[in-house]
Amino acid sequence: MNKIQDKYYYPSFSLRLIRILHLDHILLLGIGALLMVGLVVLYSAGDESSALINRQFTRIGLAVFIMLVIAQIPSSTLKFWSPWMYVAGVVLLVLVLVMGDVGKGAQRWLDLGFIRFQPSEMMKLVTPMMIAWYFSEKPLPPSWRTLIIAVVLILVPTFLIAKQPDLGTALLIFAAGFFVLFLGGLSWRLMIGMSVLAASMLPVLWHFMHAYQKGRVMTLLDPQSDPLGAGYHIIQSQIAIGSGGVYGRGWLNGSQSHLNFLPEQSTDFIFAVFAEEFGLLGGLFLLALYTFIIIRGLMIAVQGQDTYARLLGGSLSLTFFVYLFVNVGMVSGILPVVGVPLPLISYGGTSMVTLMASFGMLMSINSHRKLWSK
Amino acid sequence: MKNKDRKPHYQLRRIVVLSVFALAIVVLFLRALDMQVINQPFFQQQGDARHLRVVPISAHRGDIYDRNGEPLAISTPVDSIWVNPKEIKDDLHRVTEIAKTLKINAQHLKNKLVKNSNREFIYILRQVSPNLGEKIKALAIPGVYLQREYKRYYPAGEVTSHVIGFANVDDKGQEGLELAYDEWLSGVPGSKRVMRDRLGQVVDDIERIKIAEPGKSVQLSIDRRIQYLAYQSLKAAVKEHKAIAGSAVVLDVHTGEVLAMVNQPSFNANDRSQLKPGVYRNRSVTDVFEPGSTMKPFTIAAALETGRWHPKDNVKTSPGYYKVQGSTIRDMRNYGKINLEEIILKSSNVGVSKVALSLDQDQQLGMYMSLGFGKDSGSGFPGERNGNLRTEHLSEFERATMSFGYSLSVTPLQLARAYSAIAADGVIYPVSFLRREEPAQGEQVMSVATAKKVRHMMERVVSSEGSASRASIANYRVAGKTGTAHKFISGGYAKDRYLSVFAGMAPASNPRLAMVVMLNEPRNGKYFGGQVAAPVFSRVISGALRLMDVVPDDLKYAQNQLLKRKGKSI
Repeated sequence: MNKIQDKYYYPSFSLRLIRILHLDHILLLGIGALLMVGLVVLYSAGDESSALINRQFTRIGLAVFIMLVIAQIPSSTLKFWSPWMYVAGVVLLVLVLVMGDVGKGAQRWLDLGFIRFQPSEMMKLVTPMMIAWYFSEKPLPPSWRTLIIAVVLILVPTFLIAKQPDLGTALLIFAAGFFVLFLGGLSWRLMIGMSVLAASMLPVLWHFMHAYQKGRVMTLLDPQSDPLGAGYHIIQSQIAIGSGGVYGRGWLNGSQSHLNFLPEQSTDFIFAVFAEEFGLLGGLFLLALYTFIIIRGLMIAVQGQDTYARLLGGSLSLTFFVYLFVNVGMVSGILPVVGVPLPLISYGGTSMVTLMASFGMLMSINSHRKLWSK
Repeated sequence: MKNKDRKPHYQLRRIVVLSVFALAIVVLFLRALDMQVINQPFFQQQGDARHLRVVPISAHRGDIYDRNGEPLAISTPVDSIWVNPKEIKDDLHRVTEIAKTLKINAQHLKNKLVKNSNREFIYILRQVSPNLGEKIKALAIPGVYLQREYKRYYPAGEVTSHVIGFANVDDKGQEGLELAYDEWLSGVPGSKRVMRDRLGQVVDDIERIKIAEPGKSVQLSIDRRIQYLAYQSLKAAVKEHKAIAGSAVVLDVHTGEVLAMVNQPSFNANDRSQLKPGVYRNRSVTDVFEPGSTMKPFTIAAALETGRWHPKDNVKTSPGYYKVQGSTIRDMRNYGKINLEEIILKSSNVGVSKVALSLDQDQQLGMYMSLGFGKDSGSGFPGERNGNLRTEHLSEFERATMSFGYSLSVTPLQLARAYSAIAADGVIYPVSFLRREEPAQGEQVMSVATAKKVRHMMERVVSSEGSASRASIANYRVAGKTGTAHKFISGGYAKDRYLSVFAGMAPASNPRLAMVVMLNEPRNGKYFGGQVAAPVFSRVISGALRLMDVVPDDLKYAQNQLLKRKGKSI
């Protein structure tokens, strides 16, 4: 690798700088646009509070910094640390259950004295890393034994988190792990079999679900059954989205959100604010932006240096999509309400940091590959 | 990919991944299409149903003016300042700015907000001037709001409170003319469509459905300057003589317009926080009393109208008392043989009784009735009473006592109206609290000659030889009659409790004003109408005549004054 060659490929200084920092300018473009849209929507959803924007801006700064740091770490290093991080994460999850802080009725936070953080957030990244690491050491497609161990490795953090209870995060972690299995070559027959098994297990699962979780499912099926209680979120957000129409009511003009009818309007339900103000066209633009990022992520994964990089990259990209689909699906009333924020747009720091860290990994996979192939 | 035969396998997976991905995007798109295009009107309507409301717009209540256009009751827009403590939480340090603008204690306010931090609505200060409201608005502190209200304000305060009455916080007339003309003043409220948030707070006006029609204003017959004079003079007299109550009414004799009407005790309609209900009463129309000797001129007028009596006709009043049907009517002392003029001058009960009993009952009571006693004055004032005038099954004794003002009851307004008939050469007009734009339709109840004769008799009462010399006014001739009636208390007449009355008119040659002054139970030694009530008449009417630029008619008096001054200067 030398500077002359670099100059040849990347004629502009800023692109060269991006290259030196191990970043990917295409991904950066998509993420930057999304963050910008996010701040614009948040300003409206947060009742035009500049304090809210300032706080979110600080979080974005922190998240970008973490992305930058992770992008510098070659995926081989990530791979080396994967099992250790996994073990540490599981230990922390157990600690949370034993002595965690309670927030909004669930134990998710661990207070380490100097910092409070959610081990479950970390597991969103560490679980696919672990499975990818495990598969990278084995011949693919995986043997039965390998598969069973991998499934256990996925289910351990999933159950620990579901027990907090945090169904949304458990779902995302399970999805992240499952995507590695799928991309790693899980046989079709097995997959179909597992689906049938899972479907037959639904009544059992229903039995073990918390009352509020059952309520959310019932609400999805018939929101009008409890319009002021469990159905309120869904009804209000559908009204907001629906009254947006094709062109939307315009920025800062969303009546449902600005009149405080919409609950959680700057966090999980921010998509309803966006859809009311920018309409169907705005929604399509936003979907296109997300698709752009996901496609770029998948492209990076496909070109990954080794199995670990490809599996991890693919899983992270698809998980990002699950994030989007679950959030938009829940806000528009086709999925039950689970606490999944709209990625990169919802107000809040934890998911922002996790997502940006995953983009850091994708960028690392992308940039360090070229160095090695030399 | 190292393992070549695996490649198609992974190729398939890629296609599956991309297909599922595309399918999910399509699902989301279809869902959006469903909600935002196909069912958009439904959701729009559902949303509107949640935040659009029709609310009334309060109509501005009409103002009340005096006859010269001076405001007596006005509705001013005011702002009430309220906060949502939940919203102001982040900007609590700015509370000092509010406190400074409103000149209230900042720490106190802060404590109040902290204490109520879980509430969503508390008033900081109600009904401040819009000017101050604008200043608060300009601070642009989140969570601080203004609420537009109307406040009824009575510029003359206590001076007009009984006549005007008041409207309550909802702008509904409760007492006095505010109640009488409530419909006229109220106007028609409009309505508008507003946007409200989840807490029901109006956030924005969407459209006017119906514009509020402001209430119409009212111009009263009251002259604020005369009203003020009457108020001041009556209050001073009530205080001086330690009376428990008092009333004074000034009428324009040619129109029946009420120029002034005051009562004591009074109240300030702008601050009714700590008042007893009794003070609201407009005693001039709601309280009746036995008029006593002020009734005598009407008895004499009835006698003159028959043509059988003349002012110089003599009546024997000795020995100072007169027995009728076993009851005795007494004079202060034995006046001997006196004529009708002297009966009025000396206020002889015996004399007037004998004159009354010489008349038919119809002649006597007909006069009283046509002068408006026992029926309403046409003023339309809420709570007005008609007094009591019995016309059937009257004994001789009762007729006799009626001739000098007992066995019947009147309001001060009725008495003033009857006096204004004598003043207006025998024509009586309906009473009006509104300024008349057209001449009033009067009724001739006695001949011009009779009215002139009675007026002449009453002029002597106010002269130095009469009982009411204190009612006299420099440069103007005054006619009037005093009355000092024993109060009728629980079945009998009290010896030491009096109603002191003076009723009169000026200028006597061609009267413009008639006035009744009544003090209830003066308890400071003096109690004769001529001592207690007459001075009030003098002060008020002398001021009123000057205010109205009435030409002086007492030239003799004026010349004497001039001569006196010349004599001094030589």
